[in-house]
Amino acid sequence: MTEQSPPPPRRTFHLNLNWLGVMPFALFVLLFLVMPTMKIVVGAFQRPDGSFTFANIAGLFTPSILSSYWISIKISVSSAAIGCLIGFLMAAAMVLGGLPRGLRSPLMTFSGVASNFAGVPLAFAFLATLGPLGLVTVFLRTEFGINLRAMGFNILSFWGLTITYLFFQIPLMILIVTPALDGLKREWREAASCLGATGAQYWRMVALPILFPTILGTFALLFANAFGAVATAIALTGSSLNIVPIMLFAQIRGDVLGDPHLGYAMAFGMILVTGLANVVYIVLRMRSERWLK
Amino acid sequence: MTRAASWAILLLGLTYFILPLLGMIEFSLSMRRGEYSFDAYVAVLGDPQFRQTFSYSVMMALLTIVFGMLLVVPTAFWVRLKLPHLRPVIEFITLLPLVIPAIVVVFGYIRLYNTSSWLPLTGSVLGTNLLLMFGYATLSLPYMYRAVDTGLRTIDVTTLTEAAQSLGAGWITILGRIILPNVLVAVLSGAFVTFAIVMGEFTMAALLNRPAFGPYLQLMGANKAYEPFALATIAFIITWACMGLIQLVTRFTKHDKAAR
Repeated sequence: MTEQSPPPPRRTFHLNLNWLGVMPFALFVLLFLVMPTMKIVVGAFQRPDGSFTFANIAGLFTPSILSSYWISIKISVSSAAIGCLIGFLMAAAMVLGGLPRGLRSPLMTFSGVASNFAGVPLAFAFLATLGPLGLVTVFLRTEFGINLRAMGFNILSFWGLTITYLFFQIPLMILIVTPALDGLKREWREAASCLGATGAQYWRMVALPILFPTILGTFALLFANAFGAVATAIALTGSSLNIVPIMLFAQIRGDVLGDPHLGYAMAFGMILVTGLANVVYIVLRMRSERWLK
Repeated sequence: MTRAASWAILLLGLTYFILPLLGMIEFSLSMRRGEYSFDAYVAVLGDPQFRQTFSYSVMMALLTIVFGMLLVVPTAFWVRLKLPHLRPVIEFITLLPLVIPAIVVVFGYIRLYNTSSWLPLTGSVLGTNLLLMFGYATLSLPYMYRAVDTGLRTIDVTTLTEAAQSLGAGWITILGRIILPNVLVAVLSGAFVTFAIVMGEFTMAALLNRPAFGPYLQLMGANKAYEPFALATIAFIITWACMGLIQLVTRFTKHDKAAR
């Protein structure tokens, strides 16, 4: 164990007592968010005796850990990309497709629920649907003679996890991209068609470039969202799929890597990936606000 | 995009969302061979472990909500009133739990507050419960803070505070009798999200070894055939009810404001 150095005391107390009002909040955040995270980050660069080292980070570059990162990244990318695409299409159908406006409020509410319906119950829902005895699996086999299993589909696999993650990825995309689609001004479309643009040209040269930062930013957000999902993965696959959150979970529970500091390094890698994705999201979000208010 | 294509996309999308829910419900009802029954629900509701973990999680959710309110409402109020230049910083901090995965945060807790540390919270049951509640409060911080801050935006905090002060009210009175009633709807919607999060949370409770609903769900999933699906249906209904209640309170106040 190493001592965490206490934060520098605020010198402004006697000058401005207003600081005191946010002290409880600052203390809470420090104790239960910042310090635990710092403990992991610092620990990733320490030997058991507390001295500085890069060995833990280097230890990540072993085949089993690298492959777990790689699978995690692949699942996150594919579920984020497909989630963005389907979410965008659904939001566009809802906003621009001339559907009754009454559909909108229930769909947005449903998106709010579905994007929060992650974790263990979600895994069960998909087991009951696409698992070996699931609703869809059995239906396809008895009615159409399509055997998903024989075709190589397994819910406890890369695609199984991706399809499951889409259940919270698509709604999140819908929630974020709908306001952006609302921000597309009717005048832009009219101006484009006055200048002779076809519908496809309008989308390619006006609408998509404006929406692009939003879409890409949301992609980054969805990526981080999938990368950090622990409960769904564990409930769905147990420990049969070697992805980062599952490995880290097993490491925290029972030190399966045989080196506590390697666990720190793994967690640090996770912060790094989700942190980077979120930075991309924030930067692109600020950019997209230039056009869409 | 043509209307037909829009309908097609929407219906296809909705099919994807409805099928898993159908599958889950169908499975939860088919415990008895050959017919639908509520046997799985009866079995689950009769399980003492279900009652224990469920009430534990409800308790934790309520405590987290109270704690979150006490933490967030005064802070958001104070920042709006006295430290407006700090708002972006505070807002950024409250979004951090969305960036740092929960599993990393709880890993930090375990290492930082273990029995040999300066604050051995994980050494006792009460301490671990407290730590888990702080963890939950951290997870719900982004939603709670945003809800309350949005609520505060709709009222004139400065004027209300000055008016109350000139009538002789202290800070507690101002917060409890002026600010809180005015942002109650915002606080409630934050509270419902918090409730939904805590009821379904798995990672923190499992790693801190607390008997919460989420780990119980996972355990049942590994050991039973039909009960997990009944549990998942119950969990889905809870999430749905929380989100529905948010819609309800929000709509209710809109109506309330229009009538004024």
